[in-house]
Amino acid sequence: MGIDNLGNAAVQKTRWAELEEEDDGGDYDFLLPPRQVIGPDEHGLKKVIEYKFNDDGNRVKITTTTRVRKLANARLSKRAVERRSWLKFGDAVHEDVGARLTMVSTEEIILERPRAPGTKAEESIASGDPLAQMSKGGAVLMVCRTCGKKGDHWTSKCPYKDLAQPSDTFVENPNPNPTDSGASGATKGGAYVPPTMRAGAVRPTAGADMRRRNDENSVRVNNLSEDTREPDLLELFRPFGSVSRVYVAMDQKTGMSRGFGFVNFVRREEGERAIAKLNGYGYDNLILSVEWAAPRAT
Amino acid sequence: MRPILMKGHERPLTFLKYNRDGDLLFSCAKDNTPTVWFADNGERLGTYRGHNGAVWCCDVSRDSSRLITGSADTSAKLWDVKTGTQLFSFNMDSPARAVDLSVGDKLCIITIDPFMGQSSAIHVKRIAADLDDQVGESVLVLKGPVGRINRAVWGPLNRTIISAGEDAVVRIWDTETGKMIQENDKDVGHKKTVTSLAKSTDSSHFLTGSLDKSAKLWDSRTLTLIKTYVTERPVNAVAMSPLLNHVVLGGGQDASSVTTTDHRAGKFEAKFYDKILQEEIGGVKGHFGPINALAFNPDGKSFSSGGEDGYVRLHHFDPDYFRIPSI
Repeated sequence: MGIDNLGNAAVQKTRWAELEEEDDGGDYDFLLPPRQVIGPDEHGLKKVIEYKFNDDGNRVKITTTTRVRKLANARLSKRAVERRSWLKFGDAVHEDVGARLTMVSTEEIILERPRAPGTKAEESIASGDPLAQMSKGGAVLMVCRTCGKKGDHWTSKCPYKDLAQPSDTFVENPNPNPTDSGASGATKGGAYVPPTMRAGAVRPTAGADMRRRNDENSVRVNNLSEDTREPDLLELFRPFGSVSRVYVAMDQKTGMSRGFGFVNFVRREEGERAIAKLNGYGYDNLILSVEWAAPRAT
Repeated sequence: MRPILMKGHERPLTFLKYNRDGDLLFSCAKDNTPTVWFADNGERLGTYRGHNGAVWCCDVSRDSSRLITGSADTSAKLWDVKTGTQLFSFNMDSPARAVDLSVGDKLCIITIDPFMGQSSAIHVKRIAADLDDQVGESVLVLKGPVGRINRAVWGPLNRTIISAGEDAVVRIWDTETGKMIQENDKDVGHKKTVTSLAKSTDSSHFLTGSLDKSAKLWDSRTLTLIKTYVTERPVNAVAMSPLLNHVVLGGGQDASSVTTTDHRAGKFEAKFYDKILQEEIGGVKGHFGPINALAFNPDGKSFSSGGEDGYVRLHHFDPDYFRIPSI
C-alpha cells in the first residue's frame, strides 16, 4: 500500500508539474467572469454579457443586445396599484413564463391617414417637395395637355396652344421654335417638303419607335390596392408628364388588380420624376413601390 | 405604435370592456371563459370559469369588484372580479345577449334573445349589496322589439333605457313606467341590424353601429340624429374616445367577398373618424379577421380591439395621435 502511494504520488507529481508549465493562471479555469449588464443607453439598447462553458468545455461569451422601449406610461390609482398584486385565478393559475399569451407586435402599426390625390393630404408628403409647394393652395396640380408641363399654366393658357400638339408616341425634344414649324417648312427656299419631312410632323416610323419607347420608359408600380384600375394610375402619374400607356395586371377570376401595373412615359425624365416622387407614396392605404420596369423577357 | 397581442381566446371575441380606473380589460368571446387582463402591458390576470356557452357581453362595477356576464347558455352570472368565483347566476330561459350595470351598480339590464317561441325582452334586475339578499327576480320586463336586441344600455341618470337590435330601430324606454317613450325616426335611422352601441362618458349622446355600413350618433334625451359616419364594411363594433373627438368603427367583411378573400393578411382595420366632421382620420390595421369588439381606455390614451381571429390587440397611442389637427 505504501508503495502504491508513493507510486501515485510520483505520478501525480509529474502531472502537476506538467500542468504548471502549460497554464499560467490556470488554477481558476472553473471560474467565469461575472455577468455584465450594460444598461439601456440613449437609444434604448441594453447589452447583457454572460460567460459560460459550452458542451466542449470551452469558455464562451454570450452577448445579448436588446432594444428597451417604453410603450406607455401607466399612472395607476391606489386601488389599481393594489390590483396589480392580486393572485392569478382561473386558467391563469398555472401560467408559466413561457406561455407567450401576451406578445408585443414586432410590426410597427401606424394610424394610417387616408389620402386623396390633389387635396390637402398631398401637402403633407414633404414640405420641401417642389410639387407640394407648387400646389400650395391645396388645388389640383395644373397639367397642361398641350405641352405636358405641370404646374405652370392651364391648357387654355398654354403658349403653345395653337400649334401642332407634340405627339405622345414620338418625342425627342419639345420643338424649341414652335412658331417656325407652324409656318411649315415650305418657305425654306421654296422647295417642296413632304409632310413627313417637315419640322414637327408625325413620322410613320413611329410605329416601331412606339413600342421601343413604350418599353424604354416603362415604370413598374407595385403594391397597388385591389381596386386600382388603369384610370387611377393615369390620374396618379399624369402630373409627372405625358403618359403614353397604362396597364394594371388583373386577376381574370376575381376581376381585381393583382397588385402591380405599368406606366409608360414619353420622356425618361418624367419617369424619373415619377419614381422619385411616388416610390413610398401612400395610395389607397398601401405604400407604393415604384421603379423602372425590368426589360421584357421576349 | 406597437400593439400588444393577447391570444387568450380560442374563438372569436364578442366584447371588450375596461374598468372605470382603466387598469383592467375584460374580454368576452365565443369560448366560455371571459378573461381579465392588465390594461397596461396585456398580462393576463385570470379567467372566469363557469359558463357553458358563448359569452356575449359583460359589464364591471365602478369599484371593479363585481363583473356581470351574459352568455348563450341562458344565464347571466355575477362574479367576484378579484378571485374569479361565481357569486350568483341569473337563469334567463333564453340566451342572454347584452348586460349593462346602472350608474350606482344597483340595477342591471339583461337582454334575452328570441328563443323557442319566446320573444326578445329586456329584464331589469336588482343587484344587492349583500350577496345573501341577491334574488333572481326581475324588477322590470320590457317587451316589444321584434328580433334580437343586440345592445341595451342605461340612459342618463338611469331614467331611461336605450335599446337597439335586429329590427334596426333604436328605442328609448322609461324606467319608472316600463313604457317605450320613443323610437328613432325611420327615415334617418339604420337600414339593417344595429350591432353595437357605445355611450359617451357623460351619457349625453351615443353611437350605434350597423350592418348597413354606417354608424350614427344620436342624442340620448331626444333621440335626434346628430351625425352619420359611412364606411365600406358592415360595422360590428363602435367606440368613442373619452379624450378627443374621435369615433372608432370596427367591422367585417362582406359575405359576398368571403370566397375571394385578399391573400394579404392583417388587412382588417379599426377606422378612426372625426366625431364632428364625419371624416375619416385613419385606420389601424392588423387584425386577421373582422373586428367584433372595440373599447377605449377611460383615460383615452389607449384602446383595444378584438377580432374574429381570437386576438385582442391593445394599442397605446403614439404622441402624435394627440396632435392630429381637428380643423
